[in-house]
Amino acid sequence: MSQTESHDDGHHGLMVKNKKLLMWLFLGSDCMFFGTLISTHLIYRKLHPEEFDPTQLFSLELTSFSTFILLMSSFLMALAVSAMHKGEMKSFRRNVIGVIFFGLIFLGCQVYEFAHFMHEGLNLDTGTFGSTFYLMTGTHGVHVAVGVFWLISMLFYSQSGKMEAHKSAIDVEAAGLYWHFVDIVWIVIFTVVYLIEFIA
Amino acid sequence: MSTTHTTEVINPSVHNDLADLKPEISDLGLRRPDHSKNVIIDWMTTVDHKKIGLMYGAMALFFLLVGGFEALVIRTQLMVPENDLISAQRYNQLFTMHGTTMIFLAIMPLNAAFFNFLVPLQIGARDVAFPRINAFSLWAFVAGALVINFGWLLQALEMFGLFTASGATAGMNDFVPAMGWFGYAPITSTEFTGAGTDFWIMGLQILGVASLSASLNFIVTIINMRAPGMKMMRLPVFTWMTLIVSLLIIFAFPAITVALIQLMFDRVFGTNFFSVGGGGQPILWQHLFWIFGHPEVYILVLPAMGIVSEVLPTFARKPLFGYAIVVFSGAVIGFLGFAVWSHHMFTTGLGKIATAAFSLLTMAIAVPTGVKIFNWVGTLWGGQIRFHAPMIFAIGFVWMFMMGGFSGIMHSSAPADAQQQDSYFVIAHFHYVAIGGILLAIVSGIYYWLPKMIGKMWQGNLNIWVGIFTVVGLNITFFPMHFLGLLGQPRRTHTYLSGFGWESYNMVCTIGSYILAFGVLLLVVDIVRCFRSKQLAGNDPWDARTLEWATSSPPKVYNFAATPIVNARDGFWADKYGPENRKLGEVDESHGIHMPSQSWMPMIASAGFIPLGLGLSLMQAGVPFMGYVAILGLVIIALGISLWALEGPGGYHLHPKKESN
Repeated sequence: MSQTESHDDGHHGLMVKNKKLLMWLFLGSDCMFFGTLISTHLIYRKLHPEEFDPTQLFSLELTSFSTFILLMSSFLMALAVSAMHKGEMKSFRRNVIGVIFFGLIFLGCQVYEFAHFMHEGLNLDTGTFGSTFYLMTGTHGVHVAVGVFWLISMLFYSQSGKMEAHKSAIDVEAAGLYWHFVDIVWIVIFTVVYLIEFIA
Repeated sequence: MSTTHTTEVINPSVHNDLADLKPEISDLGLRRPDHSKNVIIDWMTTVDHKKIGLMYGAMALFFLLVGGFEALVIRTQLMVPENDLISAQRYNQLFTMHGTTMIFLAIMPLNAAFFNFLVPLQIGARDVAFPRINAFSLWAFVAGALVINFGWLLQALEMFGLFTASGATAGMNDFVPAMGWFGYAPITSTEFTGAGTDFWIMGLQILGVASLSASLNFIVTIINMRAPGMKMMRLPVFTWMTLIVSLLIIFAFPAITVALIQLMFDRVFGTNFFSVGGGGQPILWQHLFWIFGHPEVYILVLPAMGIVSEVLPTFARKPLFGYAIVVFSGAVIGFLGFAVWSHHMFTTGLGKIATAAFSLLTMAIAVPTGVKIFNWVGTLWGGQIRFHAPMIFAIGFVWMFMMGGFSGIMHSSAPADAQQQDSYFVIAHFHYVAIGGILLAIVSGIYYWLPKMIGKMWQGNLNIWVGIFTVVGLNITFFPMHFLGLLGQPRRTHTYLSGFGWESYNMVCTIGSYILAFGVLLLVVDIVRCFRSKQLAGNDPWDARTLEWATSSPPKVYNFAATPIVNARDGFWADKYGPENRKLGEVDESHGIHMPSQSWMPMIASAGFIPLGLGLSLMQAGVPFMGYVAILGLVIIALGISLWALEGPGGYHLHPKKESN
């Protein structure tokens, strides 16, 4: 039998490490979280189709751009994870800086978008559309912000020299899973909240 | 392990060579709070699942008494018609806090106490997968309990003339939640309720964080931390139920989390999720609440079923009848639990198809539940039954839970439910399940495992009186409520007129509630007597079947001197009575046992929830600077978690002496 220490990974479990399994389960839970937010939006959209016409407000160009940026950040995140596995610290740091930068661009777009929408008269209390739209996209934005904060902490930590491939790869991988998930959620939101409105 | 069956007892305060260890320095350069001589610091910073479990249990028992006291005041008010013991508003506060307290602050943490203490022992692990997250769950629970009960504190201060809502705090009226434990919209809007609703929202949100983090931890623990040979189908049923409940929690809680956020936004930022004026639909709250709320029912009851599935085989000296089907039934109950939420909403006009579908699915849940009951009976059949205290309560559970189940099946029929909705019939139903089912099972669990937890044995026959008073009391209290409900007495009404034929039933119910309360009081006395008992329990006082009984009582900080290798279901029983090839083996641990370091950070991070929760609540009430207090809370949480990450997991090695297994 394996002689693992008890707080490393167990004797007998799945072939998934504890931290990774924890992240997968959290993301499963988070699916229900976003599922509830998105369905609230869709239900109210169907109940009050005439309440608000977002096609006048949404800028598909801007949102497509920020969606593309977020997708590319996922690509960089995958590179960062791979670099960490190989122990290439320099490449890891470069890629993480890229992810943070792209994440900040996405957040910037969202802040701009919110400011613009509010200026145009869509507020939190504008019928149900304002409520569901801002809460849903805002929650997603908070997820991105938490991810950026997490990666910035990791970047600083990697400067301390305490990060080593064999023990930190799992942490980076968990952050990567989180980041990809947040990305995927955005693709769903972009499709069912933005794109669908433009189907005549 | 297979050679030593002597019931050797070791003084729990002496962990061999633990006292010689010096605390380490964390990655932050701070001294870790390990091996502290100060008992309070030791318990506050502990990451030991056993200590955390005991703290959960102690706090849950406290809140059980609080919730019970609230219930007694309610019953006293209803004893005679047109009673004016308490005002209608106070009555609303009491039934709201009674329900909230019992569900979130008594039963769930009592279950959590058993999860924490038992699961690592039952699977032959040293601790949970993430010991510090486990401590965080405990302290977040404490923070949530404080926030949710903060209104009572203000109420007490007001009664003593130390606080009045005026000036800056003028908006802080109505500070005890008073809208029922399921907080239906639109009663929860700012038009109708005050600061109490905000405390309730924030408190529940924090308790949700605690439950979610604990559940994630337990799933990983059960899947990944099992001892060698402990295959999934060898897991004790209690551990199986913990796994299913944890899965239910992580998939059901997000719905209430979102609903509470939406409600908070409605109240604080003026959104329109549930406000009719802005196009919102109050019915959405009901759906979201019960999508969480019905799985919650199984979150409460499945651990009870797990406890009973451990106790019955031990005291019938037989393996659990149909182990696989009992486990499978538990999983089916959990799965179906997500598909029946609308049976709480039959009278809201869902339409015929939806009502019929939910009615049918609800009836379907009776099947796996019935399967379990038959399997428990099958376990008793032909067994050498010993009527020790845990067994008495476990059998009480089977019988009383069935009573609650029968009225549950009556509710599943939508036309019948339309008659029973919001009447005392419903109260009777779920109290049979909650007290006759869950509470009796938990008491059974306390009688079964407390000797393992504290290393001392029960004394005397007080347990028989606890059993008589609780079972008789609960039947006298709740059986007449069936009739009261069918006679039309509505729930949540603070008084009633005479002449409806309700008087004598209500009087009987109230008398019964005092008998039940006396039984619970006797239980507390018995627990205190057990703590003061001189008689040591020994490793295995009940001649039990699962791994937790293979180690000392109380188990030492590292649980097992050598990790057991499991070769059978009911591994410890097989070790005692089974063939040679089924006995427990031992993993060679000559390199020492790795122990996690204690930490302040989980407690610091969860402490941030108190300013966050209170700040957001009071911000809604218009108290100045409360937004900053909320931000301060967020900063404390972020700081706690960052320092937690930076201090590193740490850990040290122990080399226990072999013979002291």
